[in-house]
Amino acid sequence: MASRRVLLLLTGWSPAVLAANVNLPPPVTGIAQDIYDLHMLLLYITGGIFVLVFGVMFWAILRHRKSAGHQAKHFHENTTVEIIWTLIPLLILVAMAWPATRLILQQKSSAGAELTIKVTGYQWKWHYDYLDDGIAFMSHLATPQSAIHQVADRGEHYLLEVDQPLVVPTGTKVRLLLTANDVIHAWWVPQLGVKQDAIPGFVRDVWFKVDRPGTYRGQCAELCGKDHGFMPIVVEAKAQADYARWLAARKQAAAANLEDPNKVWPLAELMARGEKVYTQNCVACHQANGKGIPGAFPALDGSVMATKDKPGHIDIVLNGSKKNAAMAAWGKQLSDTDIAAVITYERNAWGNHTGDVVQPKDIKAARGGKA
Amino acid sequence: MTAIDSALQPAHDTAHGHHAKPGGITRWLFATNHKDIGSLYLWFAFSMFIFGGVLALCIRAELFRPGLQFWQPELFNQFTTLHGLIMVFGAIMPAFTGLANWMLPLMIGAPDMAFARMNNWSFWLLPPAALLLLISFAVPGGAAAAGWTLYAPLSTQMGMGMDLTIFAIHIMGVSSIMGSINIIVTILNLRAPGMTMMKMPMFAWASLITAYLIIAVMPVLAGVVTMVLTDRHFGTHFFNAAGGGDPVLYQHIFWFFGHPEVYIMALPAFGIVSHIIPTFSRKPLFGYTSMVYATSSIAILSFMVWAHHMFTTGMPATAQLFFMYATMLIAVPTGVKVFNWIGTMWQGSMSFETPMLFAIGFICLFTVGGLSGVTLSIAAIDIQLQDTYYVVAHFHYVLVAGALFSLFAAVYYWFPKMTGRMYSEFWGKFHFWWSLLWFNVTFFPMHFLGLAGMPRRIPDYNMQFTDFNTLASVGAFCFGLGQLIFFANMLHSLRHGRPAAAKPWEGADTLEWQIATPAPYHSFVEAPDLEVGENGRINAMHGGKHH
Repeated sequence: MASRRVLLLLTGWSPAVLAANVNLPPPVTGIAQDIYDLHMLLLYITGGIFVLVFGVMFWAILRHRKSAGHQAKHFHENTTVEIIWTLIPLLILVAMAWPATRLILQQKSSAGAELTIKVTGYQWKWHYDYLDDGIAFMSHLATPQSAIHQVADRGEHYLLEVDQPLVVPTGTKVRLLLTANDVIHAWWVPQLGVKQDAIPGFVRDVWFKVDRPGTYRGQCAELCGKDHGFMPIVVEAKAQADYARWLAARKQAAAANLEDPNKVWPLAELMARGEKVYTQNCVACHQANGKGIPGAFPALDGSVMATKDKPGHIDIVLNGSKKNAAMAAWGKQLSDTDIAAVITYERNAWGNHTGDVVQPKDIKAARGGKA
Repeated sequence: MTAIDSALQPAHDTAHGHHAKPGGITRWLFATNHKDIGSLYLWFAFSMFIFGGVLALCIRAELFRPGLQFWQPELFNQFTTLHGLIMVFGAIMPAFTGLANWMLPLMIGAPDMAFARMNNWSFWLLPPAALLLLISFAVPGGAAAAGWTLYAPLSTQMGMGMDLTIFAIHIMGVSSIMGSINIIVTILNLRAPGMTMMKMPMFAWASLITAYLIIAVMPVLAGVVTMVLTDRHFGTHFFNAAGGGDPVLYQHIFWFFGHPEVYIMALPAFGIVSHIIPTFSRKPLFGYTSMVYATSSIAILSFMVWAHHMFTTGMPATAQLFFMYATMLIAVPTGVKVFNWIGTMWQGSMSFETPMLFAIGFICLFTVGGLSGVTLSIAAIDIQLQDTYYVVAHFHYVLVAGALFSLFAAVYYWFPKMTGRMYSEFWGKFHFWWSLLWFNVTFFPMHFLGLAGMPRRIPDYNMQFTDFNTLASVGAFCFGLGQLIFFANMLHSLRHGRPAAAKPWEGADTLEWQIATPAPYHSFVEAPDLEVGENGRINAMHGGKHH
């Protein structure tokens, strides 16, 4: 399959393939369109310069060669020529800088936004917080682990699919406030023409206005550790009315899902929910089989922490590890119920048959009322 | 004992009796002869080139098709990180220092480098540093995996492999600073009478300016990695916002080193090409004076453009504009250089031996990298291209087709003078055409990948990127294979090459071609009197003794 494709590439490229794969993807915002056009302009100018300059060089190579009997002339400077070929590039650069400056100023003017969403980068997922509407959710990679190892399980959007996309209305100036929880990430959706680093401890803003409904995909662009290649971004742009419906449904669901913090959960329910939380958050390092990666990420299966030291276990999940910065403080990201569930899961999965049940109220107590 | 003695004797003492070359391992361990040390540097650089190349092939093997085939993502990140660090600090920089060691004294009529003993140390610091990087793969947590840029706070998360990397950088930094001091003092003080600054060979000018750049920025790098070290172990918060620090501060400091570093790897290449093009065009270098000024202005401008690596960090518009304009300006002196080379070829009488082929390949492909650099300098466009394969393509055009091709050109060009033998012209040309082809097959498609939206430093990708990745991987393996041809050619010619004339290139006119081939072990123990033209052209040489 791959070899056939390479053959295809080497022998004859269909124009469709060319259009799809060799240039910036089709822009869907004004800014992305401007970037596209400016890049094309640059491509023509630089391409022209290349052809011109090396045309001259290859002409010299053809004509002024010893084997063609050419005798060397011995000039070695010419002030006029040197001034000309210093000034002309300078003028070309000024011509390029003019549209570039206008576009930069436009990219930077985020004033007048109609919708503000806070975006937080986590290792390795994105959190979206609709500040004005009170809804927030985490967006994880939806591609199953099996697809990474088996071709058959791969869909069209392999590695570019998430469980919950960022939903935005079309025709609206959307402003993103970006920050990160652990290391620097970068939020990038090529078709929107937006790329902005998400920096822990600082907030940066960026804006876009999508013209037409659709699903637009991107990825984290700043190396952020092990699973940098596995934290996609999906933006779903909906027409205003559809967006309003989505928002209402989302709010309703959020209200219905409000959990009673004092509910006492049975083991089986906690295990089921814990497995889900584990798959979304822990599996990248500690692995599905709980064995971790020796030397880098400790095993949970059979570990002292996950079989005996219950307070220590709750503490490390809530507050992170002091020894290994890769272990995040999950207390900031997950609800009491989720943390109780995942700890219960870890203490009962694989070979860990402790029978321990951790309830949401235990977590609340461990937070010491801080949460 | 005699080996140590004669190796440590100042050059003028050897004139009174110690004629024999020191032998055995001590010749190398206690080497103070600039030619021996130059050779050590070149061999070291080549072995690092192979090491870094193997890492590159590990990367390309994983990226041959989508899915995870060979490595876990963590190990993949270690490969990309170490590939970058080793190629920059282990291969390219030492190779240029090695060439400077070998050729500078010969080109300016000096008996040796100014500080012969320090020269020994500059080199022998490198193998332990390389060893630290090598063994870091075996420590708990593996080697550094934060990219060669080692951005904080990711680099504060790493295991002890990061600490080893930081120490390795410290050691390599000390080594290159000492090497640079040597180059500067040698050029400023040990030129033979008649070899004035504005007549001096371009390679000497390039090495001089590069050495100043190194002294200016290597301490900056050492400082910033030390700040990472103290953040990691001693409770400081330089790059931790929770403690009042700023992660972006790291990037500012790093790139204040990092951008001049780009020119540290490019300027010596400009110097080399400025000799090879005139030699094989049988015509003096066009615009020597403007070449000197262009090189200097590139060096000065290189300190003012660092934040163009950071356009997506969210700088204010005014900062973006400043760094964009400053970056675009670099195109002017760089353009002048390319025009000067073409002006040299124009109306020449060219022949195309291997060094010339590599030099022409250098000019063409380096210009491709320069033009994609202009595209990247436009901050508005860079927003789309930053941290994508477009950037990977851009800097490999500049560093592989730029720095590496110029190094090949230099080694072929000076091989006869160094060894007394000719390399195989057939295999040299084969090496060039093979490298040219597969280099482009490897790196040209990466422009498309970047434009289409593939980020760099990812071990796995969506299927839309498959074709070009497969192509790039095939290209990379073929390119790598081709370097064995180079190795075999060098190794074979070293013993069995046809003996070389004192001046094997008809158009060569600098000082090193005025003396016997191979260059005598102690050349110019007595300085010659020179009548010199621009770019180190020797019009007449009187006196000068060698042993």
